[in-house]
Amino acid sequence: MEEIAPSYDLVVLGTGLTECILSGVASVKGAKVLHMDRNDHYGGASASVNLETLFKAYPNSYTPGTEPWKKYGRPNDWNIDLVPKLLMSNGELTNILVSTDVTRYIEFRQVAGSYVQQGQGSRATVAKVPSDAGEALRSPLMGLFEKRRARNFLNWVAAFDEANPSTHNGMNLTQATMRQVYDKFGLEATTRDFVGHSMALYTTDDYIDNRGMAKNCVERIRLYVNSMARYGKSPYIYPLYGLGELPQGFARLSAIYGGTYMLNTNVDEIKYGADGKVEGIKATMKERGEAGEGFKFETKCKKIIADPSYFPDKVQVVGHMLKAICILNHPIDKTDNSDSLQLIIPQSQVGRKHDIYIAMVSSAHNVCPKGYYIAIVSTVAETSANHHLELQPGLERLGKIEEQFMGPPIPLYGPKAGGEADNVFLSKSYDASSHFETMTDDVRDMYRRAEGQELVVEGLKDGQNLVAEE
Amino acid sequence: MAARMQQGGRPGGGGARFAQFKLVLLGESAVGKSSLVLRFVKDQFDDYRESTIGAAFLTQTIALDEQTTVKFEIWDTAGQERYKSLAPMYYRNANCAVVVYDITQASSLDKAKSWVKELQRQANENIVICLAGNKLDLVTEQPDKRAVTTADAEAYAQEANLLFFETSAKTSENVKELFTAIARKLPIEQASQGRGARGAAGRPGGVDLGSRQEPGAQGGASGCNC
Ligand SMILES: Cc1cc2nc3c(=O)[nH]c(=O)nc-3n(C[C@H](O)[C@H](O)[C@H](O)COP(=O)(O)OP(=O)(O)OC[C@H]3O[C@@H](n4cnc5c(N)ncnc54)[C@H](O)[C@@H]3O)c2cc1C
Ligand SMILES: Nc1nc2c(ncn2[C@@H]2O[C@H](COP(=O)(O)OP(=O)(O)O)[C@@H](O)[C@H]2O)c(=O)[nH]1
Ligand SMILES: [Mg+2]
Repeated sequence: MEEIAPSYDLVVLGTGLTECILSGVASVKGAKVLHMDRNDHYGGASASVNLETLFKAYPNSYTPGTEPWKKYGRPNDWNIDLVPKLLMSNGELTNILVSTDVTRYIEFRQVAGSYVQQGQGSRATVAKVPSDAGEALRSPLMGLFEKRRARNFLNWVAAFDEANPSTHNGMNLTQATMRQVYDKFGLEATTRDFVGHSMALYTTDDYIDNRGMAKNCVERIRLYVNSMARYGKSPYIYPLYGLGELPQGFARLSAIYGGTYMLNTNVDEIKYGADGKVEGIKATMKERGEAGEGFKFETKCKKIIADPSYFPDKVQVVGHMLKAICILNHPIDKTDNSDSLQLIIPQSQVGRKHDIYIAMVSSAHNVCPKGYYIAIVSTVAETSANHHLELQPGLERLGKIEEQFMGPPIPLYGPKAGGEADNVFLSKSYDASSHFETMTDDVRDMYRRAEGQELVVEGLKDGQNLVAEE
Repeated sequence: MAARMQQGGRPGGGGARFAQFKLVLLGESAVGKSSLVLRFVKDQFDDYRESTIGAAFLTQTIALDEQTTVKFEIWDTAGQERYKSLAPMYYRNANCAVVVYDITQASSLDKAKSWVKELQRQANENIVICLAGNKLDLVTEQPDKRAVTTADAEAYAQEANLLFFETSAKTSENVKELFTAIARKLPIEQASQGRGARGAAGRPGGVDLGSRQEPGAQGGASGCNC
């Protein structure tokens, strides 16, 4: 095995999307990066797996000794996401992808629809989320007068310009609560519900009375509307072959700029200096089933970036997420036969505190054979038992389910400390939000902690001076 | 990406054919994969180039005859082969592969053979594979440096149904010939009768995020096969 360099500027542990973006950015900016993962594949918690791997990850989903995946064609024709997320087409992840040219390795396709449920059970209606003032006027979600009020509100949001007080409609958004804004436009409770939950994408109602959140809410609605306007059908895009392509693409970026990659590598020891800061790492690369000791090595490093699983002592549980991955052989009822969608069931409609999300993709995104649909139902856990009941309203929406994969509540971790004291900078688990905006917030936050400056991705590709380029 | 195809795009071109294919490089580290690409795409060679950094995403066009142009979208390993950490993304939809060994290192042919097996297991069924015994210049100067005979490698290539060349990225011997042979073996005709899929941006619902410039794009591609 080729020798490892005696020292690196940065060691990255785990190849989840957050780690791969930071690794890629660091390499592009000239840092010497060693990037490892204990698994034999890229992606960690944000990987996409084949159907056989998925069954095996949920041992309760089948009888031992049987091979239920066989009736679904070749397992490798399936790329099933472990995190239920979609990309906002005008969001920060898209910006990073374009700025770094990682779009060269990944093709994207629109998600066909964005829906919201009103009401419960058999009386529930499912409607397209209005994307602008014009659509609000045609939406079955509102009565005639309410439509006009919603149109006024959305027109105001679209015209809002922080620098221009005449667009503020007499409000100071950094002081106001969203309730005051809604009151000003006279919006009904149901309208507030879909604006806050399916456009601003808040998962709870906490934002309504939070002083200063009005501006954040307006920004989120604008992101939704602008993302919607970009390609037309929904605010979301999705990579062909699944979300697992994203970490692979950023890992490739890092490698192209000199980053060294090692899968199948276990960390044996992290070494700290007298000042408490990390100094180096000992690790072993060994393939599963490979005979012998494997390839043992040691190297110095100035900083470590890692996902929470590599430092269980330095992280804490910040919440629990519930998730059921479901395989269907039909589109979801009342969604215009969309081949892909997001459907939000706002908490108020089903007597919960947190919304239930459904993210569905299909063969249109090369994640499964023709005729199948993969839907992930998820929410934030609110009870300590009978979790399947919490997801029930979402599962009911799906109709007949061929296979359902659901484990215990998934703990979400966050670092206990910023990392400046030991130079070990840890990411957060992927949260229950339906998109990657909080993940990119974490990327920026980690970069700030680790590098002491703001991450600027714009222009990164202009710095490319490769042999390969013109 | 499946083979991307454009037909009859050029004015007065009559039956002009243009097809684009993804080509990947495989082989042990330091056998000269990146150097072969650099020679093919830029007609350059660098003895002291830091191994690997560079050739990331390259394109090169070969005119097979007046009517037929083949464009290679070339993926180098970016060094991810060094510790067996290539991602599935790398093999995905590769139409052709150059598997490289160093004719002065016998063990590098064994590695090449295992890459061929890996390709036959993971990649497209119809993938065109070419075996390249590189660093031919070294044995031209000093014949006793040769560690793999031409006959042995050729016999293996025939048995495994691979194209075969001995090459030198340094002197450029057989480099153009190798890529031309691959181009000739690719299913251009078939691709030309395909639905003309040209990446996500060209198919229903596909989106172009506005960044897929392709350096070196030539021929009838006029920017729309992105
Ligand atoms: C388009 C977009 C979508 C986003 N989606 C989400 C998301 O789905 N989930 C998420 O957690 N963050 C989301 N964020 C990030 C969020 O707005 C905050 O930036 C983030 O929670 C960090 O908050 P803060 O500590 O900087 O507090 P501030 O942004 O200053 O917020 C002030 C207060 O609001 C609370 N708060 C912030 N976000 C929420 C929320 N979603 N629900 C209830 N209370 C909240 C904070 O805890 C804090 O008490 C999104 C941001 C954007 C731009
Ligand atoms: N003499 C000679 N050296 C070569 C040839 N091709 C590559 N090299 C050298 O071999 C080393 C490794 O080459 P590189 O292209 O980085 O190999 P890769 O790791 O397979 O991409 C470099 O020092 C090259 O200069 C060749 O045809 N002849
Ligand atoms: Mg190389």
